[in-house]
Amino acid sequence: MQHTSWHWRLFKGICLALISLFFLFPILWVLLMSFQTNEDILRVPPSPFFTPTLDNYRALIAGELTGAGSTLKIAYMKNIWNSFVLSACSVLLSLLLGVPAAYAFARYRFRLGENIAFTLLSFRFAPPLLVLLPLLLYFQDLGLYDTYFGLIWVYQLITLPLILWIVRGYFEDVSPDIEHAYRIDGHSWLRSFLKIAVPLARPGIAAAALLAFIFAWNNFVFALILGSSDVQPVTVGALAFITASGIQYGQIAAGLVLSVIPTFVLALVMQRYLVEGLSLGAVKG
Amino acid sequence: MSFLILDRLTKSFGALKIFDGLSLSVNRGETVAICSPSGSGKTLLLRLIAGIYEPDAGEIVIDGRPVTGLAPDARGIGMAFQNFALYPHLSAFENIASPLRARSVAAPEIERRVRRVAEILKIGHVLQHLPRELSNGQKQRTALARAIVADARLLLLDDPLRNVDAKLRYEMRQELPRVLREFEATVLYVTQDFREAMALGQRIGVLCDGGFVQVDRPQRIYSDPSTIEVARLFGDPTINLYDSQLADGVVSLLGLGLALPGCAGAARRPCRVAVRPEHVQIAVNGEAGERAGLPVTIEAVTPLNQNAVLLLHTAAGDELLATTTLQRAEALACGPREAVALVRPEHLLLFDRATGARIRTD
Repeated sequence: MQHTSWHWRLFKGICLALISLFFLFPILWVLLMSFQTNEDILRVPPSPFFTPTLDNYRALIAGELTGAGSTLKIAYMKNIWNSFVLSACSVLLSLLLGVPAAYAFARYRFRLGENIAFTLLSFRFAPPLLVLLPLLLYFQDLGLYDTYFGLIWVYQLITLPLILWIVRGYFEDVSPDIEHAYRIDGHSWLRSFLKIAVPLARPGIAAAALLAFIFAWNNFVFALILGSSDVQPVTVGALAFITASGIQYGQIAAGLVLSVIPTFVLALVMQRYLVEGLSLGAVKG
Repeated sequence: MSFLILDRLTKSFGALKIFDGLSLSVNRGETVAICSPSGSGKTLLLRLIAGIYEPDAGEIVIDGRPVTGLAPDARGIGMAFQNFALYPHLSAFENIASPLRARSVAAPEIERRVRRVAEILKIGHVLQHLPRELSNGQKQRTALARAIVADARLLLLDDPLRNVDAKLRYEMRQELPRVLREFEATVLYVTQDFREAMALGQRIGVLCDGGFVQVDRPQRIYSDPSTIEVARLFGDPTINLYDSQLADGVVSLLGLGLALPGCAGAARRPCRVAVRPEHVQIAVNGEAGERAGLPVTIEAVTPLNQNAVLLLHTAAGDELLATTTLQRAEALACGPREAVALVRPEHLLLFDRATGARIRTD
């Protein structure tokens, strides 16, 4: 069945364009806003025609917010760096802990195994606010308040269950016989895990890692309560744009654009592995 | 001395008892084909020997060394899986080289040995391909090459021809014995195709109800089966089998009384009587002469290779299969449908009706 007539293709093109526009419009508008002054943005009615300016980006990178005659120090670039450190370290730690755990849950039946796996998943059910206050008190006692280490630890609540459950499914799809064959060839358990199981589950691990990174990057409330500006990520850092002298829409937009870039680039890089996962298909050998 | 000894192995999964005191010994360099109906635990047996599962009780000894409890990588065996189990992310070359890498063989030596085994198995031209780019036959040869490349002294081949097409299966059946001889391996070959077992095994072990019911040379398995199961498993078309009575040295085959001198004077007992289709002779137009035969009608004639299979019906409606040559079958197909089936008493196989065990008549 092939509809290759030109008006069918035109119709499809228009539909796709409309849908894309609908979903991408907010992002497009933010991108336009980031090149406008606050006056341009607040003009009524709004207009897509304006003189582009890089002042917003300049202010962010310099770390000085000027508005209504006063100058305010902000640390937005530091916030981006914090976001990166927190998300990357959380995902790495989760991979280190979660991938072997996922393998164990996929391959071995042990006492309370399913209960443990479910408990880990249930961390995702509870609203974070439920645990925040006790956590804050504990953290202050333990000296973990306002440290990278403390936040990375709490972020495990977000990233570890995600990685564990996604990767477990991929390990279950790998035929155990492939690993048995490798053991019989004379390789140790560890080698068969590292050389057979992990490479075959790699697309799943990549997908889970990407998803976990995005979840960690977007987290707001943990970092808001459990850290000060020294370790706070962009999500919290953006609050600084709501100043006493007004809301700096231009800088917020520019900050948004900057904060999206790392996850965007990561998704593009990871795409290769995600597609590889699809093309590898069922790994039946 | 035996190279492989399985000593009273027992294995169950929950309440399901798969093996109950299974024993077998295999000589050095011997190929033993394990043949049985599906679901009798052939694959499990190989997995016990390979160390993927552990037996609940009993001992496995390879080359004088007890291996029960040892990890698979410490047992020094080669195994080819029914589903090939190739490593999908490695080339055929790396698949085959894997056992050599595990043994830390030097790179040039790996190259040489992989090439050699690939030449023997005729996959030299596809060594750089990934498994998904190989045909089923090539996958199967790659799996086989991986099993034998490291000169493992014990080879476990789990129905390696199951998933390849008929033509290739026939070719490999001719070729495998030569390859296995070349590598001087002791081989356990699992199959559910009795022809494959007869072509490849120097001895055949028939696995049934948790243990080996008969381990013998192929010809003996065929002509002298120890149970009904063995008799039914080997032979195509399958053996004719009927309920009967043994009384006073005479057994009845569908009402035809046949005297068994060896059983004279034995007590009357229920039994089952079996006769191979090739031992059923067909006589038409008074060819039978004085000999007592079973009146039958010829219902169907089906060519099978050099022979033809005749489906016969008795007056009572029982079915009987007979094989005969093609020329004879053509003649019979044109002639009258009424015929007489002749069976010689020495060709009868008698089994106990309750246990299925053979009743010796000589």
